[in-house]
This record gives sequence, structure tokens and C-alpha cells, in this order.
Amino acid sequence: MADAVIVVALLLVAGCATAAVATRDPMRQALVLSLLGVVLAVLFTVLQAPDAGLSQLAVGSALTPLLLMLTVRKVKRRAQGKERER
Amino acid sequence: MTRRARLWVLLAGGAGLAALLVAACLRLPHFGGKSHPYGDRAVHASLARQTANTISSVNFDQRAFDTLGEMTILFSAVLGCVILLRQTHDEHRARPEPAEVAPPVRRYALVVLPVALLSGLYVIAHGQLSPGGGFQGGVVAATALHLLYLGADYAALERIRPVGAYEVADALAASGYLVMGIAGLIGGTAFLANTLLPYGTFNTLSSGGTVPLLNAAIGMEVAGAVVVLLARFLDQAVEIEEESGT
Repeated sequence: MADAVIVVALLLVAGCATAAVATRDPMRQALVLSLLGVVLAVLFTVLQAPDAGLSQLAVGSALTPLLLMLTVRKVKRRAQGKERER
Repeated sequence: MTRRARLWVLLAGGAGLAALLVAACLRLPHFGGKSHPYGDRAVHASLARQTANTISSVNFDQRAFDTLGEMTILFSAVLGCVILLRQTHDEHRARPEPAEVAPPVRRYALVVLPVALLSGLYVIAHGQLSPGGGFQGGVVAATALHLLYLGADYAALERIRPVGAYEVADALAASGYLVMGIAGLIGGTAFLANTLLPYGTFNTLSSGGTVPLLNAAIGMEVAGAVVVLLARFLDQAVEIEEESGT
């Protein structure tokens, strides 16, 4: 029974990670990355490492996507500014 | 070196690494086995010092020096970001206009903010008892503050988040960890040795000797570091603009 849960969590992680790689738009990619963070946290918890799961949940599904989105916003704003000058 | 020769060197190195990894993996204990020699010893040492959460005992007692290294990595990484993302002479600040927030988003953010903040502080405070600790709780508490940016706007966030204060808190917490280590050296037996304080009663907030104190220092350090890091990123994304015409 426990093995089945682990296999499901592993498959979810593999699916989410593939989706994150396959997504090309950085904004959407950040959202998929956040989902991957949640699924990885589930995997860690299933593997009896709730401490690592909590870290993953806080950093992988909240902090990293947020930093990515802020960076994308900055780059996009800069591109818009350049276009306006032309 | 030609492109071809470089490729061969890369392949040789890759093959060597792969062979070593496979050899190492073949000697690993089986998945989900019953024998955990390191785990058993860590749990024993943790229980001997009345620390309920063995992971915290490993992080802040048995391997407290490693945690000092990790804290230093985070501290210097954030310091590097602050220097890289500072406002340069060809940039200026433009006040962002107040943003329109959809009422459901506003309600959600303002309801979740106190809950998330409290959860973060709870996770820090109970680091020595239950899963979690300074790092996890610090990140949760620091990101929770930024729900105000979602629910209201950037100006509101800046009012409750004086970056200077968080920078000072970050540095104070980092040096607090060091001071605890030196206190162990002077009053106890070794750097960061957990022999100074009484171990207390098992499974209470004050149990574990210096573990709760080091845990709190890490919580404060991480929360400060994350707030400062996000503040710099937000500054660049929202406020700082390049001068036009340069």
C-alpha cells in the first residue's frame, strides 16, 4: 500500500517536471514549477521526510516561482521601454 | 584543442563518472530497508539531549557547524544579490501607480496573510519539537508578508516592511549564531557545543539546551534574508527604471 503511494507520487513528480520543461513561456513555467514544488513536497512527506517537504513547499512552490516572475516582469518592462523609445 | 578532442575528453569524463555512480549505487542499502545505522545513532543522541525532533538535533546540535556554513551561504548570497540589484546611476525610481485589485483577491490575501504569518512563526517556535524549524518557518513568515503586495499594493507593503530593519535583523541573527558558538567554546567544551544550558523536560518548548536558541537565530536570519532578497527583486521589477535615452 505504502509502495503504491510512493509510485504515484514519483509519477506525479515525473509528469510535473516534464510539463515544466515542455512549457516555453517563462510566466507559465513559473506556475508549473510551483506545482512541481507542491508535488515534490508530497513525495518527500510520503518518503517520511516532512522537514525536507516543508522546506520544499516554502522555497520550491512559493519563493522560487515568485523570484522568477519578478525577473520576467523586469525583463518584459525593459523590452517595452526600449520599444517605446523607437 | 579541437572540437573533436574536447568531445572525447567530455565523453571519457562522463563515462568515468557514470561508472563510479553505478558502482556506488550497487553498494547502497536496499530501498525501505530495516537497517539505519546512522539514523539509530542520531535518534539516540537526540533523545539523550531531550530534543523531540531529531532533524533539529542534527541541524543545531550534532551538525551545528554545518548549519553555520549553510547560514553563511544564504547570508553571502543575499548580500551578493543586494549589491548586484542596487540602483545604478543610469536608473531612477518611479513611484508605481496604485494598482486595482479584484475584491476576491484582496479578501483572500488579507484573510490568508495573518494565518500564513502565524503558521511561519509557529513552525519556527516548534522547530525542536515537530517537523520544521527556523529555515522553513522563516521562509513561510517572510513570504506571507508579501501577500500584502497581492492584496493591496506596493506602497502598503513598503509601509509594513522597512528594509533597513530587516537587514539589521538578518545581520544580528547571523552574529547571534556565531556568539552562541563562541559561548560554547568559552563556557563549555567546544565551538557550538550544546553543553551550556540545561536540557529541560522532553517535548516542551524549552527542551534541548541551545537547540531552540540556535533554531530561533536561524529563523530570524532566514526571514530577514528572504525579505531583503524579495525587496531587492521587487524594487527592480516595480520601481527602478532605466533612464530614457541612455
